[in-house]
Amino acid sequence: MSLAAPPPVLSARGQRKEYGTGEGLVRAVDGVDLDVGAGETVAITGPSGCGKSTLLHLLGGLDRPSGGEVRLNGRRIDDLGEKALARVRRTEVAYVFQSFHLLEELTAVENVELPALLAGRSPRSARRRALDLLDRLGLAGRARHLPSALSGGQRQRVAVARALSNEPLAVLADEPTGNLDSAATADVLRLFAELRDAGQTLVIVTHDPRVAAAADRAFSMRDGVLAGESGPAGPACGRLAGAEG
Amino acid sequence: MGRVLLVIRLALRDLRRRRAETALLMLTIVAATTTLTLGLVLRDAAAEPYQSTRAATRGPDVVAVSGRPAGLERLAGVSGVTGHSGPYPVLAGRVEASGRAADVQIQGRDATIAAVDQPRVRHGRWIGEGGVVLEAAFAAWLKVGAGDTVSLNGRPFTVAGVAVTAASPPHPRASCVVAAGCVHGAVPAGRDLPATLLRDPGLAWLTRADVRALAPDPGSLSYVMNLKLAHPDQAQAFADRHGGPGSHGGPGGADGAVSLQTWQGILADATELARDSQILLMTGAWLLGLLAVAGLSVLVGGRLADQSRRIGLLKAVGATPGLVAAVLLAGYLLPAVVASAAGLVIGTLTAPLLTEPSAGLVGAAGAAPPGWSTVALVTAAALGVAAVAATVPAVRGARSSTVSALADAPRPPRRTGGLIAFSARLPVPLLLALRLAARRPGRAVLGVAGVAVTVSGLYVLLVLHAFLDGRPGAEAYTAAQAGVLRHVLLVWTVILLCLAAVNALVLTWAMVLDNRHASALARALGATPREMTLALAAAQVLPALAGAVLGVFPGGWALFTAITVVTGGDGGSAPLPGPGRLLVLVGATVLAVAALTTVPAGLGARRPLTTTL
Ligand SMILES: Nc1ncnc2c1ncn2[C@@H]1O[C@H](COP(=O)(O)OP(=O)(O)OP(=O)(O)O)[C@@H](O)[C@H]1O
Ligand SMILES: [Mg+2]
Repeated sequence: MSLAAPPPVLSARGQRKEYGTGEGLVRAVDGVDLDVGAGETVAITGPSGCGKSTLLHLLGGLDRPSGGEVRLNGRRIDDLGEKALARVRRTEVAYVFQSFHLLEELTAVENVELPALLAGRSPRSARRRALDLLDRLGLAGRARHLPSALSGGQRQRVAVARALSNEPLAVLADEPTGNLDSAATADVLRLFAELRDAGQTLVIVTHDPRVAAAADRAFSMRDGVLAGESGPAGPACGRLAGAEG
Repeated sequence: MGRVLLVIRLALRDLRRRRAETALLMLTIVAATTTLTLGLVLRDAAAEPYQSTRAATRGPDVVAVSGRPAGLERLAGVSGVTGHSGPYPVLAGRVEASGRAADVQIQGRDATIAAVDQPRVRHGRWIGEGGVVLEAAFAAWLKVGAGDTVSLNGRPFTVAGVAVTAASPPHPRASCVVAAGCVHGAVPAGRDLPATLLRDPGLAWLTRADVRALAPDPGSLSYVMNLKLAHPDQAQAFADRHGGPGSHGGPGGADGAVSLQTWQGILADATELARDSQILLMTGAWLLGLLAVAGLSVLVGGRLADQSRRIGLLKAVGATPGLVAAVLLAGYLLPAVVASAAGLVIGTLTAPLLTEPSAGLVGAAGAAPPGWSTVALVTAAALGVAAVAATVPAVRGARSSTVSALADAPRPPRRTGGLIAFSARLPVPLLLALRLAARRPGRAVLGVAGVAVTVSGLYVLLVLHAFLDGRPGAEAYTAAQAGVLRHVLLVWTVILLCLAAVNALVLTWAMVLDNRHASALARALGATPREMTLALAAAQVLPALAGAVLGVFPGGWALFTAITVVTGGDGGSAPLPGPGRLLVLVGATVLAVAALTTVPAGLGARRPLTTTL
């Protein structure tokens, strides 16, 4: 992997998000600058309530900042209207949530193909791509199961497959292993390592030191401020690869 | 005391936390209790008003009319007659009041109570010097009441009171008791009628002295006598024996011939209109009741899941099952009490609009305030609904363990595999709409049923309007009666549409709340707010389309047939709406539902994503 900084896919400048006013004012995100290059994996760690989820929501246009700007592939998204933001979420960024957020009444493959259908792909090609993704993620045999019939790790892998459905520029994951036991965690970590190897841009909020160690860069967040960039984590790849084997 | 305050405070907090839901709950209970109040008032009104009037006023078995008193006095001694009152002088005149004018038959009575036909004063007092009493339906039509002034043949009189009688059908069907003769209803074109004929005359009572003073000459007076018979059943035979040639409702001749009217004839005239409008109203009350129940069940059902979590929370912090039940109950009782009071008031205020056609009879509820039994019944029904709505989750919550109550997810959505596969081929808003609707099939069915009920009602209203419009003053109704029926139809339509609108809002809001998470997720995956709004609205509009079609056929057709059978009417004589009109009805219904649901759907689709996910 080249260390020459590729042009940033995601770029945040002076990100701020405040809740409430006066006495109750909470600065959830307080002046964050962050660049994420193409194919880069960035991990964000930090104690609970320090603003990690809020920052992730701002980066993907799920929420609007109180100040600062966000660029996706050089294009500002923080001042877009709801409709344009929806398009961004549809094709350019994708989320993976701690609690999976799968639709209960849809089977695994139906969940995975949903973003493609929303983006106006034909049902046939959406289904083919969804089955491909599930196959790639080792869930070929589970495609027609409802989420209630899947284990936690399998559910999160379905959620990752769904995130990849429209080949997004960046995948933003908020504590993707937070609800999983250690075996399932290893499973999902292996998946992220594969994505990284395949050149997928990733931003992962995590409490798991292994995830942070496997990232190209890891930040810790405190009181809404990003601190302690730990630089490219070259050796971590090896460690992760070791865990795989 | 402290516990009671705690319960009320917790309940109020919960209500405030969900203002929109509380407002809808109250609106639905108001609609339901209004309907119930109307239904009870109408039930009272439907309790054979003429019979009760006849009993309450010692109504005559036969009314005898003649141009001269002598022929009538002879009748008093005929065998089979057990009592009589009169003969009383009657003057054909004209009344003017607050801009309205009408022909009137003015009867001269004594200030004392007669042996037969004792008009029952409903407002004000009985006649006295210079004071006129008007027949109640006539007074309602003139828009005057006790204390107002009217002019009779140009002379001012104070309205002493308003009374009902069984000796004549209510206005505009009053029997003719003047020798000059009367016509009812529209006059067929091209027929020349004598100018002296009274048209749709009303009935008024004055003292004998006042009537004589008003009459230009004694020869212009007619006379009327009320008879009680030993065998009321055989009144018609009595009339055939003793009546003159014109004894079938026609006036007695000026030459002294006597014409007789039987109480059965008066009954037929008096109840014709009242019966028709009551059948309409009762049908309406039933439809409204069904709609109200549908709306309530959606609301209560929608809250169940949310409440079991709340119960878990309360129990986790140490609340006893009793306290939990009390909080839940208070949460329903407080809005129910307020809403049922509002429903009673609205029902009471609207009831006179509906019962006006039978205002001339004692049994009609008219403007009388609802009895205690009505108040008690309506309040009990509202509180009963509230209690049931609170009891189900309370019992469930008391039985379930605290942990499972806390973990209780909202009812899992249904999976309808075929529909999900099919919807994948559709444009995004329809895709989402079908899947949203399919998640709660029961609610979709309620939506279909609610719209079907409404459209059935509208179909029948269309038929009846066409019927009234198509034959102005035809054999069935006079113009005035048609006006009254049209009025009833209008009130019916307004209430039906209001309740249907409330239901559409309730259903959409329940769907928005229930799908908060799913729709936030769809938006996180890239659905635009517009697509989401369209989807939420379409999820209501699709069932509405099905409901509208079902409401036309078989719904409306079956309802109209049922009404025809019940009324014994001739269904074939009413023109059924053509396909053009039905298309407009279905289209308008769908458009109305779409318009109504867009607002809550839009609000739901624009919620900030991160607070929901
Ligand atoms: N809607 C909101 N209104 C007010 N304050 C909020 C809101 N959402 C988040 N906050 C506050 O913003 C701060 C950051 O929240 P955030 O969810 O980003 O933290 P986090 O780092 O993701 O924590 P965790 O690791 O527990 O998920 C917290 O102090 C939280 O209380
Ligand atoms: Mg978080």
